[in-house]
Amino acid sequence: MDTLALSRLQFAITAMFHFLFVPLTLGLGWLVAWFETCYVRSEEAQYLAMARFWGKLFLINFALGVVTGLTLEFQLGMNWAEYSKYVGDVFGAPLAIEALGAFFLESTFIGVWIFGWDRLSKKAHAAAMWIVAFAANMSALWILLANGWMQRPAGYILRNGRAEMIDFKAVCLNSYGWLEFFHTVSAGWVTAGFFVTGVSAWHLLRKNQEELFKKSFGAGAVFARAASLLLAGAGDRSGVNAAKNQPAKFAAMESVWETRTAAPYTLLTIPSLSGEGNYVEALKIPYALSLMAFHSPNAEVKGLKDFLPQDRPPVLPVFLGFRTMVALGMLFILLSGLSVWLWHKDLLGKYPLFLKLMFFAIPLPYIAIQLGWLVTELGRQPWVVYGLMRTAEGVSKTVTPGQVWLSLGGFALFYAALGAVDVWLLAKYAREGMEV
Amino acid sequence: MDYAKIWFVLWAVLWTGYFALDGFDLGVGFSGWLAADGEEQRGDVLSSIGPFWDGNEVWLITAGGATFAAFPPVYAALFSWLYPALLLILFSLVARGAALEFRGKVRAAAWKSCWERTAAVSSFLASLFLGVTFGNIFRGLEIGPGAYYGTFLGLLNPYALLTGLLFCVFFFFHGQLWLSCRTSGPVALKAAKLAGGAWYVLLLIFMFFAVYSYAATGLSGNFIVRKPLLALPSLLAAALMAAKILLARGFPEKAFLASFSAIALFLLTGFAGIYPALLPSRLDPAFSLTVYNSASGAYTLKLLTAAALVFLPVAIGCQVWVYGLFRTPLTAEERKKSGIY
Repeated sequence: MDTLALSRLQFAITAMFHFLFVPLTLGLGWLVAWFETCYVRSEEAQYLAMARFWGKLFLINFALGVVTGLTLEFQLGMNWAEYSKYVGDVFGAPLAIEALGAFFLESTFIGVWIFGWDRLSKKAHAAAMWIVAFAANMSALWILLANGWMQRPAGYILRNGRAEMIDFKAVCLNSYGWLEFFHTVSAGWVTAGFFVTGVSAWHLLRKNQEELFKKSFGAGAVFARAASLLLAGAGDRSGVNAAKNQPAKFAAMESVWETRTAAPYTLLTIPSLSGEGNYVEALKIPYALSLMAFHSPNAEVKGLKDFLPQDRPPVLPVFLGFRTMVALGMLFILLSGLSVWLWHKDLLGKYPLFLKLMFFAIPLPYIAIQLGWLVTELGRQPWVVYGLMRTAEGVSKTVTPGQVWLSLGGFALFYAALGAVDVWLLAKYAREGMEV
Repeated sequence: MDYAKIWFVLWAVLWTGYFALDGFDLGVGFSGWLAADGEEQRGDVLSSIGPFWDGNEVWLITAGGATFAAFPPVYAALFSWLYPALLLILFSLVARGAALEFRGKVRAAAWKSCWERTAAVSSFLASLFLGVTFGNIFRGLEIGPGAYYGTFLGLLNPYALLTGLLFCVFFFFHGQLWLSCRTSGPVALKAAKLAGGAWYVLLLIFMFFAVYSYAATGLSGNFIVRKPLLALPSLLAAALMAAKILLARGFPEKAFLASFSAIALFLLTGFAGIYPALLPSRLDPAFSLTVYNSASGAYTLKLLTAAALVFLPVAIGCQVWVYGLFRTPLTAEERKKSGIY
């Protein structure tokens, strides 16, 4: 493999590993802050126990999220120097602002929350977690505005052999970035909701601290339910957005080859492994694809044959990733809805099988999120900045394949070890239950 | 106003802030165990940096982000040309962060000592290679017409290694001073002694470094042309002396502030020496990456200046408040509440 392929693989691995930890952080912070606020208001010790228990899990997860984020910042310069030079004027600004405006707050107040139990009033201590949760979600906004610019460049001109910013407002109000933001944070909240319901379900099955874990289950379920509906909305808008701004990506998501108006949605599609077209296209719903793409039954949907082969993203992984993600997203609405209902009717104890199911559902949002990012970033190919710079043009010129082999091997071993320790710690602390 | 020049100063200040702050927790990370006797005291040592190290490291992220946004070619060149060095720094910082977080999560002694060792080795390697990196920047890189001619082994030249060593000794001194004012009892006493001894080594290396810099790098040029800049190295010498005197007179906290100033002045002296280059070429100054040929456009720089004016005071204010909040060492009860064994 050459430096390009290796660097892409390395970025994919390190970004996906980073994103095993970020989603839970995005959601669980709000829940911990909420539990602690309940404690401040009611003075009931059980809420304190809940805040502390879920807070501990939050921290174990948070630690690796922070350190693996550093890798991504370094890597842009290390492996993607040409890209960094070409777009730094525009792309660097949201990154710098993220560090200054959001990450500083997050990292400062997480320390205050961990160590400040006896040094702050109860209210101020709870406020520290609200700040952490807010700052974490703000971080996501700035990073996704940067990513949104790669998907749909705006507010720049090409000058002096690079992209230069001329309109920061256009960068900040980029609809692509905002949709990614809502899509990503709501997915993170779903992850946290399923994590809390799943861990609670495990304890409820064993009749451990039932009152505490019932309360946690309820909070997680309601949160997951609300977030999964928001997620569906954001997902729908993202589909429209892709169809409008990145037609090749949208065509790959649905494996559509021929351009046509009033396009039907094909329920059963099997893309051909080599060459163009699909082996199987069956069970068509008339107008559905045009509706999905443009919210209009007769709209024209572009097919992949409209693009030169070198301008198409890899179809199979984008197509499969998208279908699986959407199916999982619908499952989240169903499962979280059932969870809320059973919890509300106080029927959880009667359906141990459902509790077991919710425990095994913990990984599902993680899988959906990883697939979602595969669709987003593979679907952007062959561009690193859509329509502006090809991925192959962005890679560092001075870095040799040997160097990347070494770093890639290092990351693989190192991350596998860190990930294993972190998951083991999470499981250990989750099993121990709450301190009362 | 020339925003590129303003951003050179801000760029220098962000990196300086990073080293002056993270310097002590890196130092505690690799040398703190020397002041501690037994597992419990090692716990005291590491919890003295517990509330701070993460916030300090954000200065690195910000300095990196600011380099990216304000001087994209410098960011691209520094990180890709020095790939192996940056990779080592990165691995070290990731391992260190994980070690500091994981250590207190399990009661077993073997677990703790495993992560203590990881924290020590990784903190040392991070300090060393950050020093090597900045040593090479101060010395100048082999930048030719449109390309880089350096090699990884070339990065390990004697001058850069000396700078790496200087960083390590500086952080050792700084870290022990931190322990002497932020722990209590035997640990604080021992740390004060270690700092006192380290100061002589630091001074020796510093003098050697100054002579070497004068002889083998272009750092001195700016100071000869612009005499007022000599205030920086003079204050640096004064701060170094003050640190020793204050420590000997029994004011460890003031000594720490003096060594904080010394690290800051050391880096500022270096940055004043390379100006207007951010990455000087040792082959020919014409190939250097400077504020003139490597800055982002005026629009972006103006925007970043506004962002820095809004956010930087808030960030610094919060950190100052946190340093005040945790001025006294964490009690055993507090550590238990933080979920740390």
